[in-house]
Amino acid sequence: MKELSLNILDIAENSMKAGATLTEIIIIESSLELSITVKDDGCGMSEDILRSVTDPFYTTRTTRSVGLGIPLLKMAAEMTGGRVELHSVVDDGKTDAHGTTITAYFYKNHIDFTPLGDVISSITTLIQGHPDTDILFSHVTEYGEVGLDTRELREALEGVPLDTYEVIKWIEGYLEEQYSEINYKK
Amino acid sequence: MKSLAELKAIRDKMKDKVVIREGSSDVRVVVGMATCGIAAGARPVLNAFVEAVNESGLAGTVTVSQTGCIGICQFEPVVEIYEAGEKTTYVKMTPEKAKTVVEKHLKGGNVVAEFTIANYN
Repeated sequence: MKELSLNILDIAENSMKAGATLTEIIIIESSLELSITVKDDGCGMSEDILRSVTDPFYTTRTTRSVGLGIPLLKMAAEMTGGRVELHSVVDDGKTDAHGTTITAYFYKNHIDFTPLGDVISSITTLIQGHPDTDILFSHVTEYGEVGLDTRELREALEGVPLDTYEVIKWIEGYLEEQYSEINYKK
Repeated sequence: MKSLAELKAIRDKMKDKVVIREGSSDVRVVVGMATCGIAAGARPVLNAFVEAVNESGLAGTVTVSQTGCIGICQFEPVVEIYEAGEKTTYVKMTPEKAKTVVEKHLKGGNVVAEFTIANYN
């Protein structure tokens, strides 16, 4: 992947497929470190699946036996001296606390650090493709914070779908404005 | 500064349109957004389709949606267009090719043969 924002999009797509109602995308950044967390309340993964999910030759798809989303994120993190943490609680029908959380830690000054890239585009792409699930996005930097909660937008929109073109454009502009207000430099 | 009030104005403007749009979409543009597609550049392709379809006033009849891996990763970004029982598969797409497809295929009704998978086999 050329940008970490593409890994974010890819990993969050897994959350959508896991039937998440809320997916949280949290980026925390200091001058030296960057972490990306994708947390969902989807169906979760059993311990067996969890153990094999960082293996490039594991997938739940039956068409072909290759799933590269998590291995690619792990590789991008480990190339910088960082790591990936993965926690999951499988939905057994008894608990509401099911879901998956993945956090990748990066060292920004490492020569192999992949730039974050166009996070806004990944967020709007996710919303465009999954207008009925909610996304909480937060990017905390040393200059300030950027955020979006589709639950608030949904309330204001009173039934107008989130994937309406004008709404997607508004979200794009809303995030762009927030980034320029904190003078965030990519 | 963008505000939720601005979003409410969009809501009021869109409410009438939403009713018209439902059920009347007879053309579907489907962009592959699995790991293979994303890595090959599907994100800007999808956004180009969304933008071009809306800017050319086709939003009432054309929906742009996303799907997973369809098994031809070497041809990603892959875009399938479904209309009246017909399927066209465009491969190795770019935002520029997306604009051409919207103009010539979706607006003009002519398949852009040079971008289709048939042209690569």
